[in-house]
Amino acid sequence: MDTSRLKAYWRMNLTYVGILLIIWFTVSYGFSILFVNQLDQVRFAGFKLGFWFAQQGSIYVFVLLIFVYVFLMNRLDRKFGVAEKQGDR
Amino acid sequence: MGIQAWTYTLVFLSFALYIGIAIRSRAKSTSDFYVAGKDVSPLANGMATAADWMSAASFISMAGLISFMGRDGSVYLLGWTGGYVLLALLLAPYLRKFGKFTVPDFVGERYYSQAARLVAVVCAIFISFTYVAGQMRGVGVVFSRFLEVDITVGVIIGMAIVFFYAVIGGMKGITYTQVAQYCVLIFAYMVPAIFISILLTGNVIPQFGFGSSLADGSGTYLLDKLDQLNRDLGFHAYTSGTKGTLDVFCITAALMVGTAGLPHVIIRFFTVPKVRDARLSAGYALLFIAILYTTAPAVAAFARTNFINTIHNTPYSEAPQWFKNWQKTGLLDWEDKNSDGVMQYFGDTGEQSASQQNEITVDRDIIVLANPEIAKLPNWVIALVAAGGLAAALSTAAGLLLVISTSISHDLLKKVLMPKIVERQELLYARLAAGAAVIIAGYFGINPPGFVAQVVAFAFGLAASSFFPIIILGIFYKRMNKEGAIAGMVSGIVFTASYIIYFKFINPTANNSENWLFGISPEGIGSLGMLINVTVALLVSKVTPAPPEEIQKMIEDIRIPGSASEIV
Repeated sequence: MDTSRLKAYWRMNLTYVGILLIIWFTVSYGFSILFVNQLDQVRFAGFKLGFWFAQQGSIYVFVLLIFVYVFLMNRLDRKFGVAEKQGDR
Repeated sequence: MGIQAWTYTLVFLSFALYIGIAIRSRAKSTSDFYVAGKDVSPLANGMATAADWMSAASFISMAGLISFMGRDGSVYLLGWTGGYVLLALLLAPYLRKFGKFTVPDFVGERYYSQAARLVAVVCAIFISFTYVAGQMRGVGVVFSRFLEVDITVGVIIGMAIVFFYAVIGGMKGITYTQVAQYCVLIFAYMVPAIFISILLTGNVIPQFGFGSSLADGSGTYLLDKLDQLNRDLGFHAYTSGTKGTLDVFCITAALMVGTAGLPHVIIRFFTVPKVRDARLSAGYALLFIAILYTTAPAVAAFARTNFINTIHNTPYSEAPQWFKNWQKTGLLDWEDKNSDGVMQYFGDTGEQSASQQNEITVDRDIIVLANPEIAKLPNWVIALVAAGGLAAALSTAAGLLLVISTSISHDLLKKVLMPKIVERQELLYARLAAGAAVIIAGYFGINPPGFVAQVVAFAFGLAASSFFPIIILGIFYKRMNKEGAIAGMVSGIVFTASYIIYFKFINPTANNSENWLFGISPEGIGSLGMLINVTVALLVSKVTPAPPEEIQKMIEDIRIPGSASEIV
């Protein structure tokens, strides 16, 4: 594979990772720590919203982020033809 | 059947299952022993990783900690799950592609340096021993409370079980027993949680019950009630925090990055056949972990409510049986300060009048273990929790022991001291090292050094300030060279370790937020250590020669899943 395609693949990968990590940071450090008191003004069923993000919501988002990453990368691997072949070890 | 009969039955059945699996999965080669022949399915690896990761601390201690800390306890929930996002996006796929056996392997080869490999070996062994002593202690506590045997006997039984499947099966044996242990521990965690959620809120799912109104018909939300109870007794409101924001931020970061840098977790991603399997199994692992980690805060809130309601203002003569059982262990106690025969439970933030003296001392670790008894659940549920706690402790212990044994047999002996040994000899040394590590870990479990609890902060701080930054830089920054990596690792560790040692051992009386650097506690200092590591590594690498051509080629190669030469 020529270097420019390799570079393009790597750039896309970094873009995906960058976007997903921004969401990761916003939810965990943003909603659950830095702005938790502001979000706590909002009620969500029996929860204060900031408290819910700190003890529940962030974890759900983390799980989603990894599965989205798996989906995006598998698609990217196929598009660039860099996926492992059957039996590749 | 009584609690003890049930406990003996369930613990025996689960141990028989683990041994049965171990016999079926003997290791025949070093590849079997180190990385389970790289033949584990992503789903199985996800479960094994979850069991590997969730230790006695997650199963036994975490909900108890949160139950007393309220919102401040979120650092553990966020820190110990958020690290998996970093692991999945930044480490797992590339290390799988690199495709060797251990974390020091990667450090040694990427930084073309035996010195870097040795630093990594020392870190890996130190981190793992710190951790494993705690697991063995957990095994001992469960045995002594539920089976009423001596802690020493409990630890020896635990050692014997781990010895059996770790030495015979290596990573292969460990992987499949961990899959079984995950099933045991998650079942044992969920059953009491669901029961208690139904009793308290009428909601079957604890994650929802947590935010529901109480089942007593008052229409009050559980968390509002709990805030009220806490405030009335002079504790801070459950859903508010007392720690400084920057400190919470740093502790969370240190735990997250530490999680992603722990060698026994990273090594699990070497066991799957392909890069895409490594990504997927990180997803499964976090999913399986999240089931417990989203239940834990619910359990914490339920337990806190039940604990206050059952204990406060109850005459000791009417105290429930579990209270007296735990009193025998010394982990729970009552002192009748005002001699009225009634138990009073108060926090120290309230007004300290003679009528508001706290009479209850309680160890946070008993909350999960005592929870089913507090909620008056059937005997088999109580016994199940004991089997689950053992599964959590044993599975983590086995994973850690494997890291220790591979660091010694592979990185130290084969790669540095005795490069001429053949595979059969290396496998024998791996088994001997695993056996010796089990015995040393057991010794620390029976005679815990007084500082076990404190040094756990070490494990995360060290992993965060040493491994994580140089592995990330090794993958994402081609120009990073051995000089930068070694300087970064050493400065990160030295800074973090000195800070922790100063506040924990040399001058513990100064361990408060007034003396901390920027108000960051020793638990959170690993994040600053990580920044120092990265800064030093970048500066040093700028003024020293770039890594050799073949190393730069290798980095390009690990960045794509397939092999570069084949795809051309």
